[in-house]
Amino acid sequence: MIFRRRRTHAIDPFRPVTPTVPRPRDAAPAAPRANPEKLRLRAERRLKFTAACFLVGFAAVGLKMGAISASEAREPATGGLAGAGIVSERADIIDRQGRVLATNVTATALYAQPHLMVDSDAAAEGLARVFPDMNPETWKRRFKSGSKFFWLKGNISPEQQQAIHDLGEPGLLFGQREMRVYPNGPLASHVLGGARYGEQDVRAAEIKGVAGVEAVFDDYLGDPAREGAPLRLSVDLSVQTAMERVLLSGMKLMNAKGAAAILMDIHTGEIVSMASLPDFDPNDRPQVLTQGDRGDDPLFNRAVQGVYELGSTFKIFAAAQSLELGLTNAGTMIDTRGPLRQGRFRIRDFHNYGNQLSVTDVIVKSSNIGTARMALDIGGTRQQAFLRSLGFFEATPVELTEAPGARPLVPARWPDISTMTISYGHGLSASPLHLATAYASLLNGGTRVTPTLLARAAPPEPGPRIVSERVSAEARHMLRQVVTRGTASLAEVEGYQIAGKTGTADKPSPTGGYYRDKVITTFAGVFPAQDPEYVLVVSLDEPSIQAAGEERRTAGWTAVPVASEAVRRIAPLLGLRPDFDPAADSFGAYLTRAGADN
Amino acid sequence: MRTVFYALSICLVVALAFWAYDEGYRTRATERAVARLERTIGARHQELSMLKAEWAYLNRPDRLHELAEMNFESLGLVPLAPDHFALADQVSFAPPPPPEPPRNRIAGKVLERQIGDVIIMNHVFGAEAESRVIAPPTLADDGEQLP
Repeated sequence: MIFRRRRTHAIDPFRPVTPTVPRPRDAAPAAPRANPEKLRLRAERRLKFTAACFLVGFAAVGLKMGAISASEAREPATGGLAGAGIVSERADIIDRQGRVLATNVTATALYAQPHLMVDSDAAAEGLARVFPDMNPETWKRRFKSGSKFFWLKGNISPEQQQAIHDLGEPGLLFGQREMRVYPNGPLASHVLGGARYGEQDVRAAEIKGVAGVEAVFDDYLGDPAREGAPLRLSVDLSVQTAMERVLLSGMKLMNAKGAAAILMDIHTGEIVSMASLPDFDPNDRPQVLTQGDRGDDPLFNRAVQGVYELGSTFKIFAAAQSLELGLTNAGTMIDTRGPLRQGRFRIRDFHNYGNQLSVTDVIVKSSNIGTARMALDIGGTRQQAFLRSLGFFEATPVELTEAPGARPLVPARWPDISTMTISYGHGLSASPLHLATAYASLLNGGTRVTPTLLARAAPPEPGPRIVSERVSAEARHMLRQVVTRGTASLAEVEGYQIAGKTGTADKPSPTGGYYRDKVITTFAGVFPAQDPEYVLVVSLDEPSIQAAGEERRTAGWTAVPVASEAVRRIAPLLGLRPDFDPAADSFGAYLTRAGADN
Repeated sequence: MRTVFYALSICLVVALAFWAYDEGYRTRATERAVARLERTIGARHQELSMLKAEWAYLNRPDRLHELAEMNFESLGLVPLAPDHFALADQVSFAPPPPPEPPRNRIAGKVLERQIGDVIIMNHVFGAEAESRVIAPPTLADDGEQLP
């Protein structure tokens, strides 16, 4: 509602006044002219009022600016779920089925501020009562040294916390933090590695990976942008459990001092299980051995770091290459008269196998002489190129901190004698993981696989071709016959057609030469042979068993029964259905598989 | 007229001031509530991760294995083996309904005494499997089975 004052005179003072319009006679007499002094005072008052308004306005703005600059910067409390988003500072690690392998729990740390203490001597005595490993004299001295801060314990139990509370000492304080926990104990310890505290603060402590995937994915696990999304490994917890159990009992039964096993998906290269014994508990990671053999350290991952001569398991590479190059076929007869002389070296067989054997029988009976002859035909250069394509010349790319350091030992020069010895697995040392990768690449249809510990979201593109489908099928058929009528006859598991090769290598002694009675036995195989799904490598260190009336050390008596028991336990867990059809073992089944992929 | 106008403006200013302060207080109260909720969510998340860790610890394969061994008598659990796979044709039809309990109570007790000691085993071990001792379950103070 707007009231407007009535106009009393014309708006435009410059408009000429028409004389026709008579001036109102009864207009009010003009107001007397106001006192100029009064007018001046009023104007001054108004100006002062305006100035005061501006002053108050600017003062308010200035005060607010001052307050903002003086106060501590703070994120707005609402929006973005500030407190709820960040749960733990390090993401969980889960297995391929989502079961927890590593997680965090809250923990309490104990620290001391001596300048807040009432009686530092009593505090030191009390601490020594609660923690028997703390020396009261040392801490009495330290509390009096003038320092204002000491870390006492990284994480303590609630009972210990209560005991410290009961001491009633204001200078002993508790800090909140998180603690890395491996709920399954020593299971998959070499894969997980372990963690320790990095930068420590009273309110929180940084967790850093020390070894294994924890160290490789340190940044990834601690990245806040990922909001705690867990890291999914390719390892399967139940398979890993079964594998470690079988391996441990096998190791005890065979009187071995160490053992390693790898189970890998033959098409994708995902490592479903990797075990190395003796192992350790990553919750309480032991110190690195400072004396003795580094290879006997529980922290040593034999499956990845252990670089051994792998013996006769290499023979299939020479045979497959010979087939691939068209130098021989599975039935070609090879001269196996021994001993084979090369310079000052002589190559012998375990038994005398007669004058000649077919290529299949060279593999089945594991003849060194026959393999060496095939390798000589192939030649050193082509052999090197083939082994290089299988990955025997570089470290494995698996996601473990230990992996890049484990480079295979290959001879610097490659004379004919190296060609011959390497064809049956002596003179070139590689890890069981190298062997598993090479077997997977050769026997999955002939394409290279890359080993990985991460669960793949989708099957990867097949790698470069190593051998043809047909050669791959023939190699599998040869290895199958090693199990049905050769050195690995104890590996037979009804329903799962295992195909594989044994290898027994003398251990090199640190003083030079080889031990006479210490061997490393290996079994490398795939199953089911006609349509392979998984590759398994089992390796035992210094096994020895009394069997059939004498002491046995060969792989056929030691590594093979362990591998067969492992397959018997693990294959059902992997959901592999046994096939009891005898036709599955005919060579036709292998070729159908080879044709199906084309 | 002017007086009414002034009075109304003052009332309006007072009312607006009330409204603004009220909004301010309500906003701050909501902020506090949100902060409280966020703290609660954080604490629940913390509890959840703790419970998950505990679940994983209680389900660790070693413990499950020992519990399965302890309760072998009642559960008869054995490791999965190749001969546990079967075809759908091999699955038999639903078993016939259990026989009626005997009318005569004394006869029933006699029968129960006769068959009470029989342990029903779901799995037949191989002839050469070594014999094993099945330990009776040990109970903790609170009745929980401890491996």
